[in-house]
Amino acid sequence: MSIEVKLQGHELTDAEVNPTIAASKAQIKVDRTAYLTDLVKLRNPEIPDWMQQTRDHASAIVQELAIPSSRDEDWRFTDLSALLATQFKSVTEPSALGFEQIKSYMLPESVNSRLVFVDGVYAADLSAVDDLPEDTLVGSLAQVQEFLPQVSDYFAKQPGGEEVFTALNTSSVIDGAIVWIPKDQIVNTPVHLLFVATGTAEFLIQPRVLIIAGSGSDVTVVEDYVTLNDRAYCTNSVAEIQVDNNAKVNHIRIQRDSKSAFHIGKTAVSQARDGQYSGIAVNFGGAIARHNWEIYSNGEQTHSQLLGLSWITDDRTSDTHSLIAFSKPHCTANQINKCIADDKSHGIFNGRICVPKLAQQTDAKQLSRSLLLSPKARIDTKPQLEIVADNVKCAHGATVSQLEDDAVFYLQSRGIDSESARKLLTYAFATEVINEIKVDSLRTKLQEMVRSVTEA
Amino acid sequence: MINPNASTILSVKNLTANVDGTQIIKGLNLEIKSGEIHAIMGPNGSGKSTFSKILAGHPAYEVTSGEIMFMGQNLLDLDPEERSRSGIFLAFQYPLEIPGVSNRDFLRVSCNAKRKHESLEELDPMDFDDLVYEKLELLKMDSEFLDRGVNEGFSGGEKKRNEILQMALLEPKLGVLDEIDSGLDIDALRVVSSGVNALSNENNAMLLVTHYQRLLDYITPDYIHVMAEGRILQTGTKELALELEAKGYDWILEGATV
Ligand SMILES: Nc1ncnc2c1ncn2[C@@H]1O[C@H](COP(=O)(O)OP(=O)(O)O)[C@@H](O)[C@H]1O
Ligand SMILES: [Mg+2]
Repeated sequence: MSIEVKLQGHELTDAEVNPTIAASKAQIKVDRTAYLTDLVKLRNPEIPDWMQQTRDHASAIVQELAIPSSRDEDWRFTDLSALLATQFKSVTEPSALGFEQIKSYMLPESVNSRLVFVDGVYAADLSAVDDLPEDTLVGSLAQVQEFLPQVSDYFAKQPGGEEVFTALNTSSVIDGAIVWIPKDQIVNTPVHLLFVATGTAEFLIQPRVLIIAGSGSDVTVVEDYVTLNDRAYCTNSVAEIQVDNNAKVNHIRIQRDSKSAFHIGKTAVSQARDGQYSGIAVNFGGAIARHNWEIYSNGEQTHSQLLGLSWITDDRTSDTHSLIAFSKPHCTANQINKCIADDKSHGIFNGRICVPKLAQQTDAKQLSRSLLLSPKARIDTKPQLEIVADNVKCAHGATVSQLEDDAVFYLQSRGIDSESARKLLTYAFATEVINEIKVDSLRTKLQEMVRSVTEA
Repeated sequence: MINPNASTILSVKNLTANVDGTQIIKGLNLEIKSGEIHAIMGPNGSGKSTFSKILAGHPAYEVTSGEIMFMGQNLLDLDPEERSRSGIFLAFQYPLEIPGVSNRDFLRVSCNAKRKHESLEELDPMDFDDLVYEKLELLKMDSEFLDRGVNEGFSGGEKKRNEILQMALLEPKLGVLDEIDSGLDIDALRVVSSGVNALSNENNAMLLVTHYQRLLDYITPDYIHVMAEGRILQTGTKELALELEAKGYDWILEGATV
């Protein structure tokens, strides 16, 4: 292991300078590395041949890495020690669920365009894809390569694959969801990817999603994480989205994992010329939740829209790290990230936007708005604009506020008691994002969910 | 309309009030009876909005002495929402925008809070729609306003109409209209004032707060009070407004500073 190699070196080591510090450093290093290696051991050894090489490559990367600590700039505010203290299990015998158990999560718009994964394992009997245009391929990733050899050109090909949790997911992948939309195909039915955690044990669940929208195509995909029980399992998901020339992808990501769970999710999007990506990410669950949302604009005139909403209570943490990386001229992006933090919770937003010299005429807007509902809640929000091109428009703003007294008074003066007024205003803050969800049943459901939280 | 036998709706005696430790209301007396329309006029900064917000129960203002009786009960004992439900309505000089809450939902929740207080059955969305469409007509408002966020992106005049729409739905005992004419063009002013006139009857009372005489061309008050430096310096009938128009406020202010 790497740690042994280091200690054999001839330079003056930490151990010789100060044995105590070195011991504790080594301890942490070993723990975080060994812990990560143990997570890889939980993987299922059976794997489709075509994934083998990718998986081995990722395993090699993981060998060099450790679970990040607060000393890693990217994880400064999100403390993973609770994760390290949890012993996760692999899903050896997937639970057989019936429709009854997932009924409340099914979307009427997607009765025949739905894939269900139970604790990360594809559940064919709960899935149905009869409602999709003929050449469209929606199904299990493991089984698809036979019909669609090109899939290997896209699988695990998005930038950022060497990030520790992404590599961990790839190193353990055996299956996933594939959504393949051929050229010029307009898919009117939203595709629902439903990831159900049973919450029956401390499982390590590693969902994988690959969406390829061929040039000129148009599709809406709902990536939905739900749970049946409150348990400290861990979801470590990776979704890769390829938006080809002039294609349009509406991506709705709903994270309602258990409030005791760990959720680490990656969304990596590449957009070709004139490609449009419109994403909405809603984060309600997780004791510790992290969403890495990365947009790589690779052609001219791409448009990206990112709307985020996190709502956290108790002593939970929700962290969104986004990246919009431009590389060509005339692209636009619009990002709004909202966070509601109650009790002793901690919301984090880091919004990085890169505009290199080549990306002239970029027009990017970023707004971070946070609402603190309790004096003990905490928000850390940081725009990170890296702009080299000189002829660009980049606007950003960040507000952290409490509910406005005058707004509460206005509602009270209309007969609404102060408690309800506060709830209504909080609801209003949240629904500005939820209202943008174009899948009616899902929007209504989330509105009701938010309303019931505010009326509880 | 003045009726000596009408019951008293509001009675304010020797009211003083502070904001952030500074006294703004300095001994104010006012009595309003059922069926009457009163106007408080006075220069900017004289405390008109402060007094209006005190009536509605704004927490920033601290009443330091005096009393306010409303329909026989001590108004100062009531929370703002209780005041509203028992019949006080304040049309804000600057109505707030609440994006994310539809105007329709807001109006219904508000209307039902009052109905619940009166032990009336709450209105479901359908019944409420019937009611609100009728009131929209009174204010010549398009139903499209119901689907927008509360006051969100409304023009100044639209906000004021929306305030009167709320008053029409809540049917208060006392409507306190703070600068309801500001920012209105002449057509909007006509609509708003005819709305107020239509809502005014022998069982309620209106208190208009304004520093322009213009509004009083459309809504005829029974009494006019001139306010300055936190007090009512002079009370008269509608002729007083014409005198103020001709001579300004100075003669009253001078007369009072002794
Ligand atoms: N919240 C407040 N904080 C500090 N001063 C205030 C506040 N509200 C009103 N005032 C002061 O009280 C005085 C009266 O204001 P206001 O009631 O708005 O007058 P009017 O409506 O007659 O123009 C002004 O001097 C104003 O600056
Ligand atoms: Mg005023």
